[in-house]
Amino acid sequence: MKTISPANEILPPDFEEINYDELVERVDYDFGLSRRSFVKVLGAGLLIAVTIPALAQEEAARRGGGGGGGGARNLGARIHIGKDGTITVLTGKVEGGQGARAELSQAAAEELGVSLSSVQMLMADTGAVPDDGGTYGSMTTPRTVPLVRRGAAAARNLLMEFASQQWKVERNTIQMRDGKIFDAAGKRSLTYGDLANSDAAAKLFEQAIPADVELTSVKEWKVLGVPALRPNARDIATGAHKFPSDIARPGMIYAKILRAPAYGAKLVSIDLTPAKAMKDVVVVQDDQFVGVAAPNSSRAEDALKKISDTAKWETVPQPSSKELFDYLKQNAQGGAPANPYADEPAGAKTARQTYHVPYIQHAPLEPRAAVAEWSDGKLTVWTGSQNPFAVRSELARAFHLPPENVRVVIPDFGGGFGGKHSGECAVEAARLAKTADKPVSLRWTREEEFTWAYFRPAAVIDAEASLDAQGKITTWHFININSGAQAVDTPYTVGKKNCHYVASKPPLRQSSYRALASTANNFAREVFMDEIAAAAGTDPLEFRLAHLENPRLRAVLERAAKEFDWPARVKKKAPNISVGLACGTEKGSFVAACVEVEIDRKENKIRVTRVCQAFECGKILNPANLLSQVQGGIIMGLGAALREEMQFENGQITNASFGKYRVPRFDDLPELDVHLVDRPDLPSAGAGETPIIVIAPAVANAVFRATGKSVNALPVRLAAT
Amino acid sequence: MDTKISFTLNGKPRTVTTDPDRSLLEVLREDLQLTGTKFGCGEGQCRACTVLVNGVSKASCITSIGDVDKQEVVTIEGLANGDKLHPVQEAFLAEDAFQCGYCTAGMIVGVVGALKQNPAASEPEVMAQMQKHICRCCSYTKYKTAIHRAMAQNGKAHA
Repeated sequence: MKTISPANEILPPDFEEINYDELVERVDYDFGLSRRSFVKVLGAGLLIAVTIPALAQEEAARRGGGGGGGGARNLGARIHIGKDGTITVLTGKVEGGQGARAELSQAAAEELGVSLSSVQMLMADTGAVPDDGGTYGSMTTPRTVPLVRRGAAAARNLLMEFASQQWKVERNTIQMRDGKIFDAAGKRSLTYGDLANSDAAAKLFEQAIPADVELTSVKEWKVLGVPALRPNARDIATGAHKFPSDIARPGMIYAKILRAPAYGAKLVSIDLTPAKAMKDVVVVQDDQFVGVAAPNSSRAEDALKKISDTAKWETVPQPSSKELFDYLKQNAQGGAPANPYADEPAGAKTARQTYHVPYIQHAPLEPRAAVAEWSDGKLTVWTGSQNPFAVRSELARAFHLPPENVRVVIPDFGGGFGGKHSGECAVEAARLAKTADKPVSLRWTREEEFTWAYFRPAAVIDAEASLDAQGKITTWHFININSGAQAVDTPYTVGKKNCHYVASKPPLRQSSYRALASTANNFAREVFMDEIAAAAGTDPLEFRLAHLENPRLRAVLERAAKEFDWPARVKKKAPNISVGLACGTEKGSFVAACVEVEIDRKENKIRVTRVCQAFECGKILNPANLLSQVQGGIIMGLGAALREEMQFENGQITNASFGKYRVPRFDDLPELDVHLVDRPDLPSAGAGETPIIVIAPAVANAVFRATGKSVNALPVRLAAT
Repeated sequence: MDTKISFTLNGKPRTVTTDPDRSLLEVLREDLQLTGTKFGCGEGQCRACTVLVNGVSKASCITSIGDVDKQEVVTIEGLANGDKLHPVQEAFLAEDAFQCGYCTAGMIVGVVGALKQNPAASEPEVMAQMQKHICRCCSYTKYKTAIHRAMAQNGKAHA
């Protein structure tokens, strides 16, 4: 039975694809070491005996890896079956809490016809796995899940084919049950382990995965589509799981890096002798890079303190957060474009607003961490990153090595949120390990993570619109300066539109965040929609629906409004309590939220008391994990909506700690009412990002409704009265 | 100046000779290879590093090793009894509470500590203690349910 269900197809995403590798501004380390001869990195120390994947790896290395990833070149590069029957699925994707480990296990188990627990994942070890691209852009679900399913289905077909030949029976008489295949009489059976013990079968694993392999239809799913817990959950709960910062190697020492006292500061001179005089301390200076390593972190810190006291720096003026938005606007490339419709005959009403979105930090709870170890000119690094093959390239570039001589291993790590695409910590650890000739562990401090990791870009957004007498939007002008193009276009039907992103000169190092610039663009657009709805004298829900054709976006908006009882809630007048809504689409999924806020004018506080969100991402693959992602996205969004904002002055971040930069905690938890809309008729889209994009605008709109004063900046604050 | 420090760690006597000003967290992780306790901020603001000292939950990043001389320390690694997990660990697993899991050890030890200090504590009292903990994945909804489950079980155990 050939099934062509939409969830089986690998469709081109219906959203703009972004080259994330170009997006990340990398720290350009260059430790001009001599080029080494080509030595294969594979062999020693691998978790499993990989033979065919090694070939695939060479291929990937020649193609340069990174980027979107080449995927598995053949079946053996995707699925490894041990002679003991152990099934290992190989992927370049990482697990940073977003649920790829469980989801990809489900995908493989479903197609192999085995239980979830009999599949192991080998993730993000560049020495063993295919390059599936970075783990970003909500791509694991729409891209990697289908690739893993194809590989697993091809393996299942091989087992069937093998049995058919062995038993000399027609293939369609063979049945699969409980991870085994049986002949028609149920007397003879074979397992995947039997396949691995046949040389002839092993040969078959060298073939490419056929693109047209038959996949299990959604209605027959047993493992996909049902809740699956994280396979290594028990190790997390017992403390046994080794995060990147927990990796220990024999003889390992601990590092600290000298940081400039301000952005752009150049090291003029430093006296290394006080550190060099300390017992068992390794000190490295390589141009602007200065680092120390010692048998424990305290001693490394002492050593660093001694030499940093001697350092002389040359500083350059840096813009501060107070003048940030003027600075971005002044430095807009080609200037901020003017509204092309300004001279047209005015409609019934016009509106105009400028929005400010600050820099914020991802602040994953595990800061950047890496352990680097050199052996015979080859480098192995364990680190927490969303992009293993790009980190491998970064290391290869910094040390002038062929990528084959660098192995990057990404253990399941402590959070990324778009903030861990780069490999600077890995490069720093490797530089120290090179001189120390010992494995080196480097874990950034919280202050370093807040200061030297990249930020979610700040934005200045200009919005102008005109309405006709019927309250329809006739012109729409929307310009994002500095933060990016994602969701800069409007999903609403408008007469004429001019939506653009304009680059500026960012004062801070900036890159991805959960849902990229769509957090900024959705904020501005959805808040502006409420302003013009108010100008038109229309309810925000009705105003949106009157301009909205996309059926999927309409569906989530209507669903959230219904569950929240929006029409009744807007009529209910309660002092200090207000409601707001917002919707949006990004990365092929659709979201809407209604929120209730409590406003304490005396204390100047806004508290979100209820969030009702409807979210749709096609066919749901793991409902338990999806719920976690949506709930987490909502609460993380409350932080950006109400509090988070980087403050900086004279090239220094002045709130680089959890004491000064308050992230959501238990007492921020509102009542959550999450509605996951399952669409088995649609292909699955990722869900780790989009749920966040409606939270800040919904909160802002509730505050606007309560105060009647425009909200035009994040974090949302009550206007002075 | 290195000093000899003796304490009970997860029920067993341990002695380390080191600078008494080093943090308990660093000694646990670097000298004793107990990496279940995590570094999150180094200033007691996130509680990823929570351990029990004489049954009271403490941020080990701002507790010096010298301070636990002759004291009793319990880490996440000391909660299970062989293969049998602590009820709080069971509750967190049953509720699929965590995402990246980096704050989980601190959360679990924090709940164990709150219930140890006051076995009759109400849920709001326990949640007030947990306010010190950060989960950056913001998995607070499921954590709260897991804490509720752990407390319901605790109630049964004490009934």
